[in-house]
Formats: sequence, C-alpha cells, structure tokens
Amino acid sequence: MDIFLQQLINGLTLGSIYGLIALGYTMVFGIIGMVNFAHGDVFMVSVFIALITLLVLTQALGMSAMGLALVIVMIAAMAFTSLINWAIERVAYRPLRGSFRLAPLISAIGMSIFLSNFVQDTQGPRNKSIPPMFNDVIALTSGPGYHATLSYKQIVIWGVTAVLLVGFWLLVRHTALGRAQRACEQDQKMAALLGVNVDRTISLTFVIAAALAAVAGTLYLMYYGVVSFSDGFLPGVKAFTAAVLGGIGSLPGAVIGGLLIGLIETFWSGYVSSSYKDVAAFSILAITLIFLPQGIFGRPDVEKV
Amino acid sequence: MARAFDQHEPPAWLRAAKSALLAGLIAFGLFLPLIGIRTEQDINNALTFRTRWPLLAAMVALIIAARFVQMIFIVPFVARRKERQRRDTTPPAAPASWRAKVSRWFVPAALGFVMAYPILVLLLNRSSGAIKWIDNFGIQILIYVMLGWGLNIVVGLAGLLDLGYVAFYAVGAYSYALLAKNFGLSFWLLLPLSGILASFWGIILGFPVLRLRGDYLAIVTLAFGEIIRLVLINWVPVTNGYAGVGGIPRPSFFGLPLDASANGFAATFHIPFSPLQRVVFLYYIILALALLTAGLTLRLRRLPVGRAWEALREDEIACRSLGINTTNTKLTAFAMGAMLGGFAGAFFAARQGFITPESFTFIESATILAIVVLGGMGSQIGVAIAAVVMIGGTEAMRDLDILKSVFGAGFDPTQYRMLLFGFAMVMIMVWRPRGFVSSREPSVALKQKKAVAADLIGEGRG
Repeated sequence: MDIFLQQLINGLTLGSIYGLIALGYTMVFGIIGMVNFAHGDVFMVSVFIALITLLVLTQALGMSAMGLALVIVMIAAMAFTSLINWAIERVAYRPLRGSFRLAPLISAIGMSIFLSNFVQDTQGPRNKSIPPMFNDVIALTSGPGYHATLSYKQIVIWGVTAVLLVGFWLLVRHTALGRAQRACEQDQKMAALLGVNVDRTISLTFVIAAALAAVAGTLYLMYYGVVSFSDGFLPGVKAFTAAVLGGIGSLPGAVIGGLLIGLIETFWSGYVSSSYKDVAAFSILAITLIFLPQGIFGRPDVEKV
Repeated sequence: MARAFDQHEPPAWLRAAKSALLAGLIAFGLFLPLIGIRTEQDINNALTFRTRWPLLAAMVALIIAARFVQMIFIVPFVARRKERQRRDTTPPAAPASWRAKVSRWFVPAALGFVMAYPILVLLLNRSSGAIKWIDNFGIQILIYVMLGWGLNIVVGLAGLLDLGYVAFYAVGAYSYALLAKNFGLSFWLLLPLSGILASFWGIILGFPVLRLRGDYLAIVTLAFGEIIRLVLINWVPVTNGYAGVGGIPRPSFFGLPLDASANGFAATFHIPFSPLQRVVFLYYIILALALLTAGLTLRLRRLPVGRAWEALREDEIACRSLGINTTNTKLTAFAMGAMLGGFAGAFFAARQGFITPESFTFIESATILAIVVLGGMGSQIGVAIAAVVMIGGTEAMRDLDILKSVFGAGFDPTQYRMLLFGFAMVMIMVWRPRGFVSSREPSVALKQKKAVAADLIGEGRG
C-alpha cells in the first residue's frame, strides 16, 4: 500500500511535467497540423536556461532565498525559451507553411538535431547537476518499514501546474488571442479574411508553447537536479504520446494524457521492470494510435474525397 | 510602382541598418544564456559558470553583418530576378537543352565514376590514405545511398511515411551478427536470410499500422523503431545489451577469407597481404547491393505492384475503388523496403565487425528519411545526390585541417558535424521544399516521356 501510494505521487508529479510539454505539442498540432519534433529539444534548452539563470543568481548575485530565486529563474527561462521558439518558427517553419506536408516535419527534425548539438557544443557533453533543493518531506504513513512520503518539491510542481493550467485555460477561452487561435485552428483562410492576423497568432502559439515547456523545464530541474544535452528526445516523445493519448488538438486531453503516461511509467517501473519502462511508453503510443486514433478527447478525423 | 509616389521612404541602407540592428538584438537574446555563459564543473565537482562575452559579441556581430548584407544585396537581387521571371513568359530554350544533355550523360558518368572510384583513389593515394577514402567516403556514402533507395520505395513510391526504418537495418545487422557468430554460417548465405527476416518484421510491424495515415503513421513507426532498439539493449542474454556483439566474421571471396592467414586470398594468389584488399572488396559488395536496389526499384515500377504503389501514393480512395487491394500493396511496400534495409544491415555488421544498439538510434532513421526527402521523394538520382551531400559533407568535416588554421589549434571540426547537419536539413528544406531534383520521370507514358514537375506528384496520405 505504501509503495502504491508513493508510485501514485511520483506518477502524478512526472505526469504534470509531461502534461505541460504535451500542451505545446497539442497546441501547435491543432493550429498548423504539424508534429513539432523539436519541441522536446526546446524543453531541454529551457532546462539549460533555467540552470544557467540559477547559477548566475546564486553564485554571481549571491541570492540565498531559493523560493524567490526559483520564481525569477522560471520567468527568465520562459522569456528566453519563448524568444528561441519564436525564432525557430520564423526561420524553420514559416517559410514552409502551405508547402508540402513532409517539408515542415523534416525541417523540425533538422531543428531538433541542431538544438541538441548546439547545447552539446556550447555547454559541453557532460551531465550537469546541481545540489538538491527543497528536500523536506512529509511522511504520509507511519509504522515500521517503508514510508510513503510527499516532498515539498512535488507539492510545488502540482501547485504550479494547476495554477498555470487554470490561467492557460482562461487565456484560450476568454481572450481575443484565444479566440484567434481557435479560429485559425478551424480555418486559416477564413480567419484571415475576417481580420485575424494568422502569422501573429501562430507565432504567439509557439511562444506560449515554449513558455509552458520552460515551466516544465524549471520544474524538471528543481525535481531531478540533473540535465544533459540529450535529455530532450525521450521526454519529448513521451509528451507527444500523452498528447496523442488525450486526443491531439485537445487541451484537457493533453493534461490528462500526461498524467496517465506519468502514472503508467512509474507503476510499470515500480511493479514490472524499470528497464522496460520506455518500451511501455512506446507500446502505449502504438496501441493508442492503432485502436483509438482520435484519443480520449479528440474529434474523429473525417476523410473527404 | 508604389515606390515612386512614396517620397518619405528612407534610403535602402538605413532600412537595412535598422533591420540588421533588430536582428542583432534578437540574436543577443537568443545567444545570451547558452553562448554567453558556459556551465562547468569546478575542482570540487560543483557546477559553476564562466562568461564568454567576446564569443557572444562575435556571434551577434556576425548576425548583424549577415543581415545587413542580405538586406542590401540579396533581397533586391532576388526581387529583380523574380520581376524578370514574371516578365519573361517565353521559356528559356538554351538552358533546357543543356540541362537535357547533362541529365542524359549524368547517370552513365556517375556509374562509371563509382565503378572506377577505388582505382582512382589508389592512383592518387598511398595505401593508408586510400583506405580512409574508400572506407569513410565510398562505403559509408554507399550504405546511405542504399538505405535511401530502400526507404524511397516506402516513402517515395508508396507514400507511406516511415520514421522507424532503422529498425529493419538493425534486424538485418543483428540477424547476420548472431547467426554468423553462433552457427558459423557464411555471409553469402546469411545476406538473403537477413533480408528475409527483416522483411518478415516489415510485415509484422506493417500489419497493425495499415489504418494509420500521415504523421500518425510516422509516429507509430518511430515507436516501433525505438521498441526494437530498447529490446536490443535490454535482452542481454541474446544481444549482449549495450556492450554489443563483437568479432563478427567478415565476408569471404568465394570461400577465401580476406586476411593474412595461410589459406587467405592473398596467400592463394601469392600476393602480399594488405588490408586494402578487404576494403576494396567490401566497396564492391555494397556497390553491387546498391545497384541491385536501384535496378529492383526501376523494374518494380513497371510491374503491377509498383504501379499500385504509385497509385496508392496519389489517391488511396481512388485506388480502392478501382479494385486495388490496398492492404497487400502497403504490406509489399513495407516488406520490400524492410528487406533492402535488412541487406544493408547485414552488410553493415560484416563491415564493422562490431555492432551495438547505439548504431541504430532515431537519428539514423531521421538521417535516412532526410536523405530521401532532401533528394526529392521518388527520385533515385536525387536520393543519391542527397546522400553524397549530407553524408559526404559530414564525413568531410572530420578532417578539415584548414578550419584549424583559421580558428586556432583547439578547434575541432568533428564537434560541429551534427550541428551543421541539422542546420543544413532546415536550410535545404526552406530553400527547396521539394528536394534537390524537382522533376520526375513518369513510370508510364503514351508516346514520349516528359519530365513531371515534383509539385504535381502526390505525397501520399498513408
């Protein structure tokens, strides 16, 4: 029972991070119908930016209040990552809009290779680790033997994710930008005719996707405390799996899918085998797409002649 | 012209300078954290950082200069050319005939060159240099040409987007390595067997994904590719996991091993042994395999199954309503592509003598797909050109000593190989979204074969 509870807590934590990344995939796919392969690497870049900002804050500026430092780190990571994703969209995807279907996909794969190698070349190939922070835990069960614990880090991750999701939901539902996004999702040409600036809306979608990935990146850094240049691929694929599982294009679907993937992964490594946990994630991806291609919350794809 | 009426328009250089400054500002923001600051471990293994302001300033200056040059020279030039093209309605006659002449002679000339390549290299180099040229450039490029042509059947002809092609390459390589090591079977027996095993896997993996289309198909094939790699890593009793399989036997020349032993090739023909013999032999094997792939594709395109593939790519619903069995058509495409990937894998294992799961990562699949798309899907010449450019280019980065003299002795060009590879993928796509070769030879024609523009070729929804 203790192990079950512990895996549940860990799974929800991991799932929150996946969910935040998955939102980026699902938004971009919804609006321009493209699998943004580079999104996992954008996430990885955001972890590095968070790491660098944290080092500058604590070592050069001597900041010791970790809570405040983390808030500044998150804002800085969001700003820089958004700028990077904006530039990526401008350089690699916008010229290919309306081109044939494979071109943006190849361009995104090229961008993904470029980003991970850029970080490898500028920051070095070694794992970067920082001392753990917020180490206090709350013991949830008592008695002899193993105890399930809930750490402050996990509470922070849940809290930040929940607050962000509510804010994000309000943004998409109730602002002009959100309306423009939904209009572009349905019909870009019609939206343009009705005065929506399509290019700007798509750019802002990439900016928001990057900002969410940067939040996930900051939380990831705080939780694991270690990152390397190759850490973009697997979280990226798993987050994409989450987006597909929830129904790609659906925002609540991405979050639910993320939580499910996180839970499946932790329970699989807890009860079955930790060496095959990635196989489990990939199998779920394949099984979902084969048997439930529209996902849990997605709309079925109607084929027109 | 709107420009003549607009009296207040600033001069061109001012606009260019403004735009360049803006680009510099953006570049500063982009590069500030990752280039300006480098994280490092100190003596106590704790993470610290050091700043690199000169490098950051140099990068930003470079961007400003590039943007300024682009705004001053390239943008007006492109605009002028577009304007000229718009006015010129008559098609230019002379370049067309020149182009036709080149394309007629290109294939025979290229074939002659690859046939004679090892001899040319030997004439120009001594033994040790020649091995590098034949092995690193010749064999390496030809492996990717063959993989590209194999994947071209699936992606270019049948229009099925496959991002896990490396799985079949891995199946071929491990089939050969394990069967040759554990049962002592010869390369020439195992080469077809590896192909058959790989094509079985092609059918097994192809079957569940028949209903999927487009990006979804790409993602599921990616997942299958990763699953196979993860199984190779984790199934230690059979595959030896990360440590890989070593000591894989080399192919023999009609039963004569190409080594220094008493019954080897060199001893039998009473010539001194040199490792060059094996490299040249391997070169001709992969050349033969690649040409087999090309010939097979050319012939298959004329068979009913090949025409069905192309029909499937153009329109699946029309295909089905005309009575083509789309299930069988898709499965044959998967099986054929997988078989060729299996051949290439078996050759790869025999050439390396040592394989690990790390040779079969997603980046490999992406590279092969990139070669197919960059070359122009469906165009065999384009695929070959793309393989030479991308693989030859990255291999050439390994030993460019000129760069060392420019950037100082500490500069290591190999480090930037994949960085430039990714950047080139993006730039080529932006420059030519339809790939290098933008016209296709039609498979079927009434009287005269006319080249078809690539824009008119379907890209497949499957």
